[in-house]
Amino acid sequence: MSQPEKIGRREALKWIAGAAAVPAVGVHALAQNPGAIEAPAPNRSATDPDLLKPSVPWARILSDAELATVSALCDVIIPADDQSPSASAVGVPDFINEWVSAPYPEQEADRVPIRGGLTWLNTESNRRFTKPFAELSAEQKQQICDDIAYVPNAKPGFEAAALFFARFRDLTATGFYTTREGMKDLQYIGNVPLATFDGPPPNVLEKLGLSPVTK
Amino acid sequence: MPLITNSKTQPSYDVIIVGSGAGGGMSAYVLAKAGVKTLMLEAGRNYDPVTETPMFQLAKDAPLRGAATPDKPFGFYDATVDGGWKVPGEPYTSAPGVDFMWWRPRMLGGRTNHWGRIALRMGPYDFKPRGRDGLGIDWPISYEDMAPYYDRTEDLVGVFGSNESLENTPDSPPGVLQPPPKPRAYELLTKKACVGLKIPVIPSHLAILTRPKNKDGNSRLACFYATDCGRGCSIKANFQSTTVLLPPAVKTGNLDIITDAMVREVTIDGSGRATGVNYIDKATRQDRHAAAKVVILAAGAGESARVLLNSKSALFPDGLANSSGKIGKYLMDTVGASLSGQIPALENVPPHNEDGVSGMHMYMPWWLYGEQKAGKLGFARGYHIEFDGGRVKPEAGVFDGLEQFTGGSYGTKYKQDCRRYYGSIVNFAGRGEMIPNEDCYCEIDPRVVDQWGIPALRFRWKWSDHELKQAAHMQQTFAEIITALGGKPFKAPETDGAKAIARPGEIIHEVGTVRMGSDKRDSVLNQYCQSWDVKNLFVTDGAPFVSNADKNPTLSILALAWRSCDHLIDELKKGNL
Repeated sequence: MSQPEKIGRREALKWIAGAAAVPAVGVHALAQNPGAIEAPAPNRSATDPDLLKPSVPWARILSDAELATVSALCDVIIPADDQSPSASAVGVPDFINEWVSAPYPEQEADRVPIRGGLTWLNTESNRRFTKPFAELSAEQKQQICDDIAYVPNAKPGFEAAALFFARFRDLTATGFYTTREGMKDLQYIGNVPLATFDGPPPNVLEKLGLSPVTK
Repeated sequence: MPLITNSKTQPSYDVIIVGSGAGGGMSAYVLAKAGVKTLMLEAGRNYDPVTETPMFQLAKDAPLRGAATPDKPFGFYDATVDGGWKVPGEPYTSAPGVDFMWWRPRMLGGRTNHWGRIALRMGPYDFKPRGRDGLGIDWPISYEDMAPYYDRTEDLVGVFGSNESLENTPDSPPGVLQPPPKPRAYELLTKKACVGLKIPVIPSHLAILTRPKNKDGNSRLACFYATDCGRGCSIKANFQSTTVLLPPAVKTGNLDIITDAMVREVTIDGSGRATGVNYIDKATRQDRHAAAKVVILAAGAGESARVLLNSKSALFPDGLANSSGKIGKYLMDTVGASLSGQIPALENVPPHNEDGVSGMHMYMPWWLYGEQKAGKLGFARGYHIEFDGGRVKPEAGVFDGLEQFTGGSYGTKYKQDCRRYYGSIVNFAGRGEMIPNEDCYCEIDPRVVDQWGIPALRFRWKWSDHELKQAAHMQQTFAEIITALGGKPFKAPETDGAKAIARPGEIIHEVGTVRMGSDKRDSVLNQYCQSWDVKNLFVTDGAPFVSNADKNPTLSILALAWRSCDHLIDELKKGNL
């Protein structure tokens, strides 16, 4: 089976470095434009951040106790299995902390329901098992999560918790599947430079009942 | 990009260009190559895609995993600088009940840095719409007038695609288009599903190189089928003004560029000739003047109209070159609607690299010309369909809402579900023609200024039934395609066009505020984008558009700017300017 020819990341970076080393407008143009100046570095701001050196400018707000609950719930949603590690093993709790701490409307809208949901989770754990959520057994965690895992099935009194769980699950997935480990779990094999794009390989065409592409 | 400082400008130029995007960049390229001494003023900062583009950076390294925020509304890695839906310190307003969305960057190259690269020619019908259905207005030029400039533009910027000889979907001459990339699995499956629906699915036309190109000593590599064009392209494989047009123009020695220069008005002499522009130097907040024989506005349809409306004088009390009263009028956007579907056939497809170029390898051009002409559709103009899906790079929101298919799984089952459903979603979006109307326009809001003291724009808007019915038709079509794929739409197709349609301005195809025409009483510009009233004033962005075909406007802006500048050069040589 013919695989697309991989250029290799190192080679691609060389291309990019080469393109960067030979500016389209070089000394020749500068000589012709004696008044010309090279651009000063941009004044960085939230609307013009350095895309090559990203940073998160805001402080995280969740307490250690809240993070322990986040970590436990993340791993109920995405536990380790034979193909990939758990959510907490790849930094998802810190991502959720970053998310609920962000100074933007969408994240601010998530902040109260998520912090409230985490507190509810411990209240509910204490009520049922006299222990915080993080200290429950796997079966005990499951008992609670089964009641809130799907909004349409949530019983009266559990609607808000189910909405919290749905949002928390989506965020956990974002945190997990954007890591290298998460992308590997999905068998995403792109983001690598290719010399040619050959379309779907024969086993894909066969599965989809499609004829080989001639054009 | 080497620039000049305010203190180093020449006393006078042949031409001043306001704006550096598609229209301004092409104008600068054509003029500078012809030996015309040109000064470009850009409201934003200098920007260099070769050194600034995050080519392989992962979502995990960006704030919020790269999610869209008000500061970076198309995501962290999007190329847009200091803008998007809100430019800091530069407000605009909408009339009550109107929620116009106006996308503006503040950077060299403007929106060409992040645009979708969809490069479709307008067809013969698109220049003469009134002649076909009695609505809107005809352009003063025809497809034949534009064809040579489309040829040259495609050859210069690099466009891939194929010639299919379909109605009102022009072919390019042999050798002009580069070969399209092979279709992806979900694109082939969709093409097959569309056979029964009689919807053509053909290679898209995108301004992305699939073969290396070397023009004007500017060496550009072919796409290596990774990373998103919206971030810009450090190997110059896609078209950006900043990689394709401005470097060779600067290299001639005939183009000076000043950035962070916010133009507020065009100045005139006692006879009503343009003498240059006044601009705010943003670093010092000082008002400055630059002089030239000719002024070209290419600041974008909104900003160009704003500059003219703000250029008031005894000779032009309603704004410069506005004897027709049409400046700001007949503002158009593209009609947009979208629907996503989950396709079981695409579950558990064997892993393979589906990145391809950034964007669609195939699309559906409008196909119901006959039904429309026969009056069977209830709306007068067409749309094309763009679609995406497949095993895309996981980004923020990758599995949002998956519970509707999984019944709320979590744990090991959820991981299995994510593997199963990954790559099985296909998203369809329609892009349709809007007919210009009297209720859609921009004007100066007398109560609001930006931080540079320049009066702001206010937008007014009302869709006609043609657009609303078209948006509902899109929804129905998408649902039919999803069903033909054996899939299930995320939600029921919206039958109410007013709910289906994207917000005005949201598709970022705003055009038409300074329209051209054959009659100076009913238009601002002649067929060469030259003012009827002020003959040394030109507008070469989307503002001159008379209609807004479903063909995304950038390629036509580029070709029209080239045509206008050829005329400008002729007139300069003849001493007519």
